[in-house]
Amino acid sequence: MLRVTDLHAYYGRAHILHGVSLEAKAGEVVALLGRNGAGKSTTMKAIMGLVPPARGTVTFAGRRIDRLPPYRIARLGLGYVPEERRIFTELTVMENLEVGRQPARAGVPTWTEEKLFTLFPNLGRMRERPGGRMSGGEQQMLTIARTLMGNPSCVMLDEPSEGLAPIIVEQMAHSILALKREGLSVILSEQNLHFCQSVADRAYIIEKGEIRFGGSMAELAADASLREQYLSV
Amino acid sequence: MSFPSLLIQLLNGLADASSLFMVSAGLSLIFGVTRIVNFAHGSLYMLGLYGAYSLIELLGRTPLGFWSAVILAAFAVGIVGALIEIVVLRRIYRAPELFQLLATFAVVLVIKDVALYAWGSEDLVGPRAPGLSMAVEILGKRIPAYDLLLIVIGPVVLGLLWLLLARTRWGALVRAATQDREMVGALGVDQAKLFTSVFFVGAVLAGLGGALQIPREPANLDLDLTVIADAFVVTVVGGLGSLPGALLAAVLIGVAKALCIGLGTVHVLGVDIVFSKLVLVVEFVIMGVVLVLRPYGLLGKPPAASRAAGAAPLPLAAPRWQTALVWIVVLLAVPLVSDDYVAALLIDIACFGLFAVSLHFIMGPAGMISFGHAAYFGLGAYAGAVLLKRAGLPMEAAFLLAPFCAALFALVYGWFCVRLSGVYLAMLTLAFAQITWSIIFQWDALTSGSNGMIGIWPAAWLADKTRYYYFAMVFCGLGVALLWRVLFSPFGYVLRAGRDSPLRAEAIGINVRGFQWAAFVLAGTMAGLAGAVFAFSKGSISPSAASISQSTDGLVMVLLGGVETLTGPVVGAGVFTWLRDALARETDYWRAVLGLVILLIVVLFPQGLVGGLKMLLGRFRERRA
Repeated sequence: MLRVTDLHAYYGRAHILHGVSLEAKAGEVVALLGRNGAGKSTTMKAIMGLVPPARGTVTFAGRRIDRLPPYRIARLGLGYVPEERRIFTELTVMENLEVGRQPARAGVPTWTEEKLFTLFPNLGRMRERPGGRMSGGEQQMLTIARTLMGNPSCVMLDEPSEGLAPIIVEQMAHSILALKREGLSVILSEQNLHFCQSVADRAYIIEKGEIRFGGSMAELAADASLREQYLSV
Repeated sequence: MSFPSLLIQLLNGLADASSLFMVSAGLSLIFGVTRIVNFAHGSLYMLGLYGAYSLIELLGRTPLGFWSAVILAAFAVGIVGALIEIVVLRRIYRAPELFQLLATFAVVLVIKDVALYAWGSEDLVGPRAPGLSMAVEILGKRIPAYDLLLIVIGPVVLGLLWLLLARTRWGALVRAATQDREMVGALGVDQAKLFTSVFFVGAVLAGLGGALQIPREPANLDLDLTVIADAFVVTVVGGLGSLPGALLAAVLIGVAKALCIGLGTVHVLGVDIVFSKLVLVVEFVIMGVVLVLRPYGLLGKPPAASRAAGAAPLPLAAPRWQTALVWIVVLLAVPLVSDDYVAALLIDIACFGLFAVSLHFIMGPAGMISFGHAAYFGLGAYAGAVLLKRAGLPMEAAFLLAPFCAALFALVYGWFCVRLSGVYLAMLTLAFAQITWSIIFQWDALTSGSNGMIGIWPAAWLADKTRYYYFAMVFCGLGVALLWRVLFSPFGYVLRAGRDSPLRAEAIGINVRGFQWAAFVLAGTMAGLAGAVFAFSKGSISPSAASISQSTDGLVMVLLGGVETLTGPVVGAGVFTWLRDALARETDYWRAVLGLVILLIVVLFPQGLVGGLKMLLGRFRERRA
């Protein structure tokens, strides 16, 4: 589905990603774990074309996408949910969803507002509310729903559990599993190992812009020294 | 003044407000989504007016012909707007915002000459609207029926725009992109198409505003800059991005202007107040007051911090003294080896060079963009002239005091300006410049008004051209050297710190506003010095020295050279002045050529001339290494 090979990226002159390689297969939930500043967000932005990759290749659904502008990547069916949520605060819930709307795509689930409201019932109760007047959890739901309106076959969620109350985090885990059941691939970046264990099939650990581990979630859970070295604060 | 005539003036003002609103709404829409201050918006209005004139001639002076012409003209202008976006602006969205501004200046120059070529330099008076040429009688006074229709059209257009923005997918995309265009792109929306459509709609509004004025206003070539200045004022008074605010401000300004004309001269407590002379400044006075009381306009909101504003400017590199020495030797040698023409051109370049460097001083390192820097240039020039001719001071004294007169004004204007930032600051500087210009333009007793002043010659010992050349080089050179030296003093570091991170600068105990004020005054003083050198070199001075086009020339020089470099402004001033001079002697259409050259440079060197050359050199070195 998505394959990243030897990806390098810079912010100005600062070399952030030093050859990141990772892969997500169809219908798989993959976690990208790492501490603050390890390069998780930059990896996602570079895949999405928001930070132009300096070197390396990204293929998605059999196509090279590492030179495409973000809107072309999104239209191929790769959805991106940013860490800061980036809700359009002046727009209502319905309007936020409208901005994300793209034509239906063969072979992937098609989302409508009503279908999304069954996945995120809270949103259905505040259709006309401006994005700026929603709680953090509601905004997080909305930003995922907005991306799903593009009918993606794979979504990247950047730290979806960050700053949310435990009960909302639990709901988030259910939502991610629901996406997996629909057949979507999911890549999530996280610092929260516990959260990943409840949803992810496989995991990568990133540190200083390099992948230090790739394997099944079970392997990672069994290896205390790995967790100690790369994930504990 | 009687109540009925007051009412008529009020209605007249409201009729003016309709078109003003449309131009400003278009400007605001384009700025909101693309973050481009489209200086060419007044030019689009002008094209709408000319276009309607020609189309009415073509389609006939019937009601059908008239209204089809107005609509067609508006849409034709819309297409021009879309083309500007596709051909020019789309290529430079990743360039610094100021560079996009430069591109729209260039478009102004090109459109002006296209209009000159197509319609000539004479004012064109359009026909009355067929079927609406009668007058309606209100309280015994007559008002054209067409004006009443215009009063209705403004709010109708606002309503339609509101529907478009609030009820359509396009509207949702526009509002979303106004907040976070990168995110809109990441959701699969093609920004390029969205931007083109926004330019189209914005340009249609400008074209419609212009076309609707055809029965009321003759089409002429000066409209581009006067209309853009008006539209800036309206947008800023109403609040950037607020359409109801734009209408409110347009009404306020339209009515205030009309009242000033209507009131004429009023005797208050034995003093004559000539309101009709206030027409040229009243809108800028309103803007100044509004910005000081409500910095984001009547209905505006504080701007959202812009995301991904581009790379932070690199630290400035200090010039090497060896290079400076070479230049000094070359400039000293010029009169020995060349004719008067070259020396005269070099004096001009020196004046504009100092002017551009002083503008760069506040724009670049201090981060305060000024659309009205010509005020201080003009004040310096006029102060020298007035002190010499009216106060009878010797030339040396008049010359030395002139920069300090400019400084005095910069002190007052600056106090207000540093309270604002970004586009709002730029607009306020424009307002002060326009006030200054209109005082110079109208105060016949002191400045000889629109005729300008003549006989401003230097003292006898400087009468020789070569001597004055050295005199100009010494003073302009010292001015430039002083400004550059200051940039590398702790004062200069503080300015750059305040630009890059005002909060952090304040947190370590720097009074950012105070330093910005000081920088503003220093830059104004040096612009005044440039103006004084200029006035005495020409022997005459006219109000155009303080005009908008002088201000925009300065901006073009700075941006052309590259705002992120130290020597860029001097190079920009040299290239601009030389090109203008060389082209003006060859062709009547020198503006268009200059505009096209600028566009070419903008597309090829998005870092400015000096920045672009440095980049090329850097690549060359990398390749060799």
